[in-house]
Amino acid sequence: MKQFFIFVKKEFLHIWRDRRTLFILIWMPIVQIILYGFALTNEVKNAKIAVYDQSNDEATTVITKQIDASRYFDVVKYIHSGNEIGAAFREGKIRMVIVFPQNFRNDLLHTNHAQIQLIADATDPNTANTLTNYAASIINDYQQSLNDNEDLPYTIKTQVRMLYNPELKGAYNFVPGVMALVLMIVCAMMTSISIVREKEMGTMEVILVSPLKPFRIIIAKTIPYLLISILNIACILLLSVYVLDVPVTGNLLLLIAESILFTITSLSLGILISNGAKTQQTAMFISMMSLFLPTLLFSGFLFPVENMPVPLQIISNIVPAKWYYIIVKEVMIKGLGFTAVWKETLILIGMTAVLLGISIRNFKIRLA
Amino acid sequence: MRVLKFLLQKELKQILRDPSIIVILFIMPMIQLIILPLAADYEIKNINLGIVDHDHSEYSRQLINKITSSGYFRLRDYSATFDQGMKAIGLDKTDLILEIPSQFERSLVKENQATLLVAVNAINGVKAGLGGAYIQGIIADYNQDIRTQWIQFPTFNPQPTIEVTSSNWYNPNMNYRVFMVPGILVMLVTMIGSSFASNNIVREKEMGTIEQINVSPIKKTQFILGKLIPFLILALTVLTVGLIVARVIYGIVPLGHYITIYIFAVFYLLAILGLGLLLSTYAQTQQQSMLVSFFVTMIFNLLSGLYTPIESMPMWAQIITKLNPVSYFIEVMRMVVLKGSGLNDIKYHILAMIGFAVFFNGWAILNYKKRSG
Repeated sequence: MKQFFIFVKKEFLHIWRDRRTLFILIWMPIVQIILYGFALTNEVKNAKIAVYDQSNDEATTVITKQIDASRYFDVVKYIHSGNEIGAAFREGKIRMVIVFPQNFRNDLLHTNHAQIQLIADATDPNTANTLTNYAASIINDYQQSLNDNEDLPYTIKTQVRMLYNPELKGAYNFVPGVMALVLMIVCAMMTSISIVREKEMGTMEVILVSPLKPFRIIIAKTIPYLLISILNIACILLLSVYVLDVPVTGNLLLLIAESILFTITSLSLGILISNGAKTQQTAMFISMMSLFLPTLLFSGFLFPVENMPVPLQIISNIVPAKWYYIIVKEVMIKGLGFTAVWKETLILIGMTAVLLGISIRNFKIRLA
Repeated sequence: MRVLKFLLQKELKQILRDPSIIVILFIMPMIQLIILPLAADYEIKNINLGIVDHDHSEYSRQLINKITSSGYFRLRDYSATFDQGMKAIGLDKTDLILEIPSQFERSLVKENQATLLVAVNAINGVKAGLGGAYIQGIIADYNQDIRTQWIQFPTFNPQPTIEVTSSNWYNPNMNYRVFMVPGILVMLVTMIGSSFASNNIVREKEMGTIEQINVSPIKKTQFILGKLIPFLILALTVLTVGLIVARVIYGIVPLGHYITIYIFAVFYLLAILGLGLLLSTYAQTQQQSMLVSFFVTMIFNLLSGLYTPIESMPMWAQIITKLNPVSYFIEVMRMVVLKGSGLNDIKYHILAMIGFAVFFNGWAILNYKKRSG
């Protein structure tokens, strides 16, 4: 046991003395949380738009003003001929052009019918959809104000209630995602690289001839990363509660226990990768392609899994991060107990057992 | 020149003789480019719907039919009470519940008004917002249908109405992949460019072979160029393969010229490779350089406008995007591929790239000098 702790101490010194790596390992989750929490949002606001006003009358000026005043739009350009529309889009800054036809107000007052055309830059379809909807509803409000807000007969009113996340904050969705992502990177990627590094530098030979059992050597390597991950989890949870206002509604202990389980899954993945890779570069790229990207794609926090083609949906089931993401969402956001996540927990335990089994076997074979 | 030629020969041989490099450089990115756009589909459809119908009338059935036939919703659950419906949401069986009150039809006809309740699982804010908007739109449509059944509108509009028509340029089918593929290609080229270049030098440091180069008459500029050019060629090859994949598999043909893309790509890569070299002059071990370049490219990618629109970001993040070469390339790629922008439209982008390239490479050369001196 004493020898074992000496090895653990060695690994700690490795990490502790490489200040740059340590610095990034600690800061990565913090930066991610801040970026996702404050910078990355799909919410559309201050979209730059242009106005092509061919009638320039009272009505069009009022509508343009109302649109400009809303927080969704910024009118930055006035266009004076139809040809300029294409040019404005090609320069890349304008998201939408509002076209008022000639005699807009006259038509509206005399025939009670006038047209407005919205031309959206649909290279980004979701933003285009959202912008068109917002502009249409502002125009609709203007029209209502002309009609003195009379209620129409036979009206169905719809009350919409947003559950769990009434302000529609993005943070509720990505905090669990960032937790999965960071644990994957710290545990799987860093462990595999640090093991392969010993191989590449030739120091693995030295360690393997020591009296310590090979598997203990590997365990010793993983312990510092396990502790760093727990530290990271603590950082993420503190930030999400105190900075992003995303509370932990469920049982904190259960959440931490599940996180440690996922950490062990990731560590065994890291050991498995290190068995196969010969150079650090290979280890990193395998981790990137087989861990980082699948976690990003298939855990469901960036892209909805149910939209994917069926083969990809099936693949997503073998990504451990998906199950962890579900667990965190249920426990942390919805506040459900263990009874709601026992299935996912069992899947993670099963995956860990299989991964550890394979990597222990492979490790022994390599020694022989 | 002769020295540079030998250096290039050495680098290319070193790269090409490592079979795993070819896999990493070409096969992996191609798989990514094929799979990523399939997965990265933000379009909201297939929302799982739960119904709590207390009315069981002709009207409630019509409304449910109208919602399920819209194509956005899949009817997954029929509950007798609202609490049961909530349970289905808790289990993730459904994303959205529509509760139709008893007497819905009667109060609509008799009292001119009826209220429906929609409850949405809002953990994913975007999905919830769009899902809620879709169902409200469908209900409003249905409302209009009922009104036309009951009231005969006069042919002349009694009230002024503004008709809003909309058209979607550049992507009339609202195809999300057309939007994502050019951006993903940029991300791939960037990852290969920056992390490979930086790793390559650090590897020489770690293996000790850099000592041999330091004692040879190779000048610092020659050394840096000798590292830059091979990776420039590799990254351009990856870009070419990527553009072919985009064309063959996704049918994406740029509206602008390929030449415009390549001209910009050369400047871009000089900048991004310079960044990789700069990082490598600071790193001591491959683990360090990988983690640092991973960290930097992660921030660059997240703040590039690939996933979320730049205008939506707060001011400080928008300033960072101005200092982020990746956001320029993603913008240029989308402009040239989707809108057919030409060199004249992207001249400021090119100037910015030249600035980045001079800055990063200059710094890298200065910093390398210190170490070898």
